[in-house]
Amino acid sequence: MSIASVETELQVKPLTARINAKLPVDLKSYESTGGYQALRTTLKDLKPQDVQSRVKDSNLRGRGGAGFPTGIKWGLVPMGPDAGAKYLVCNADEMEPNTFKDRLLMEDAPHQLIEGMLVAGYAIQATAGYIFLRGEYVKAAQRLNAALAEARAAGLLGENILGSGWSFTLVVHTGAGRYICGEETALINSLEGRRANPRAKPPFPQIAGAWGRPTVVNNVESLCNIAPIVLYGADWFKGLSQGKSKDGGTKLYGASGRVKRGGIYELPIGTSAREILEEHAGGMREGYTLKCWLPGGASTDFLMPEHLDLAMDFDTIGKAGSRMGTGLILALDQTHNMVSILRNLQDFFARESCGWCTPCRDGLPWGLKMLRALERGEGRAEDIEQLQRLTVLAGPGKTFCAHAPGAMEPLQSALKFFRSEFEAGIKKPAQAA
Amino acid sequence: MSTATSDNVIKLAELLGQSGSAKTPFVLSETEKHEIEHELTHFPDGRAASIEALKIVQKHRGWVPDEALEPIAQMIGISAAELEGVATFYSLIFRKPVGRHVIKVCDSITCFAVGYEDIRVALEKQLGIAYGQTTADGRFTLLPICCIGACDKAPAMMIDDDLHHDLTPQNLASVLEAYK
Repeated sequence: MSIASVETELQVKPLTARINAKLPVDLKSYESTGGYQALRTTLKDLKPQDVQSRVKDSNLRGRGGAGFPTGIKWGLVPMGPDAGAKYLVCNADEMEPNTFKDRLLMEDAPHQLIEGMLVAGYAIQATAGYIFLRGEYVKAAQRLNAALAEARAAGLLGENILGSGWSFTLVVHTGAGRYICGEETALINSLEGRRANPRAKPPFPQIAGAWGRPTVVNNVESLCNIAPIVLYGADWFKGLSQGKSKDGGTKLYGASGRVKRGGIYELPIGTSAREILEEHAGGMREGYTLKCWLPGGASTDFLMPEHLDLAMDFDTIGKAGSRMGTGLILALDQTHNMVSILRNLQDFFARESCGWCTPCRDGLPWGLKMLRALERGEGRAEDIEQLQRLTVLAGPGKTFCAHAPGAMEPLQSALKFFRSEFEAGIKKPAQAA
Repeated sequence: MSTATSDNVIKLAELLGQSGSAKTPFVLSETEKHEIEHELTHFPDGRAASIEALKIVQKHRGWVPDEALEPIAQMIGISAAELEGVATFYSLIFRKPVGRHVIKVCDSITCFAVGYEDIRVALEKQLGIAYGQTTADGRFTLLPICCIGACDKAPAMMIDDDLHHDLTPQNLASVLEAYK
């Protein structure tokens, strides 16, 4: 593919055009396709507030799973000459089960993340940035560190960047396991070298985050959208969704499970789940039929085949009783027993609880114990009601962070759609002699 | 029972670090110190280097022995007890010796949905160990791990820093073969 055609394609697929063209991941290749133009424009012509306005106008919503508008998040950061040290942190701790999109961006487009962080860092006038990367992403760490070294050598990072007077340092911090590190405030504790327990909010990190200083935490995919938004404008970004959603941009969708062509597909946000699963993933493999699906990670509610025509965006999936989450669909088929599926999910959430608050630390293993009994066919009649109760006791508003409420989402939806499978796990009373 | 008593005493003494031969005090190597000092330059506060410092020691020694905590804690300016709290929290900091190669098998939902159980059973059978154990020859340690982001190529696992995907009970042996 020629350089010119990649530049055209970038206006349709800003996140993956370079990746799809299989261009080298180095600085030279990135710059030859318009890379670091957004940074140059920003430092030469734009005030921090201008960048913030563009991102706010674009209606970019956080791609980590919660969908909070990125521009509004930035808008809470104190600005002005006396604001002091501020931090920009990239949440690259991709550990939500069934999520594999940020890996692709970091391994195959590291400069786009770095440029996004530079522009975002300028917008909030951050003094330093950290990429909080899970330790298992070894290739991503190598690629990012190589790209950072190139950027430093080219004067794109460090003191007085491109003669603008603005300085910004950026380093990769690799983690050492634990899913909870992906929670925004737990991540900040981990970055500070502490146990990854979440913090109470307020104060929100934008006011008092890392080392007590204003801190913005953004997901990898969100940050990779920043340079294109600055380069092509908010209206262009809004148009990317092609009227499929009131949200702007493309989204990295994905499919896994027993589908024909699992993978990642950059599509207009609001593309239907049916198009993702049936066209892009090629449908289910021979002999398998779709039983139900998770729209975006282990901590989202199950949806059914009749929900496939829904637009995959934050509001539409939210109204259907689930969450879009990370937007990577897991397709389950007729061979799957939902009690076993839930046992696996709750095993994960119980193990990954940080132990900080009681409903999560004690509630999740309690649910797991009941699910194990039901899986063995030794459940008690009241277990199903107790599991139902647990979804309230460990649900929203009862815990320090979203970990346990997230665990309850697949549980409550499985109890709603597949109750008979749970009932089948209740131990039959012994036959009277 | 009585014959085993003296052995037990020796084992207890070893556990308490009081074995007969005088123990050489634990010292961080110059390389380890140098790498930890480099990490300290990245953060406004020494504590922030705690995880990286533990990982540096683990990289050179395979695991993080108790005796390493005090000298690391001194370098980064926190107490050894606080560092222990950090070291025991994170699942990829090993507090017991591990084998030459660490197998981390993804047991999250997507791998589980497409054949994880068969992989686990086959691994346990081929290696003769369960999760948390190390083979007698010190070659492999077997651990479960959270989703490693290879869901479109599941089931997947990591051996050391390498990702292996599209696993089947049949192709496991050839994957393991590369790790001596």
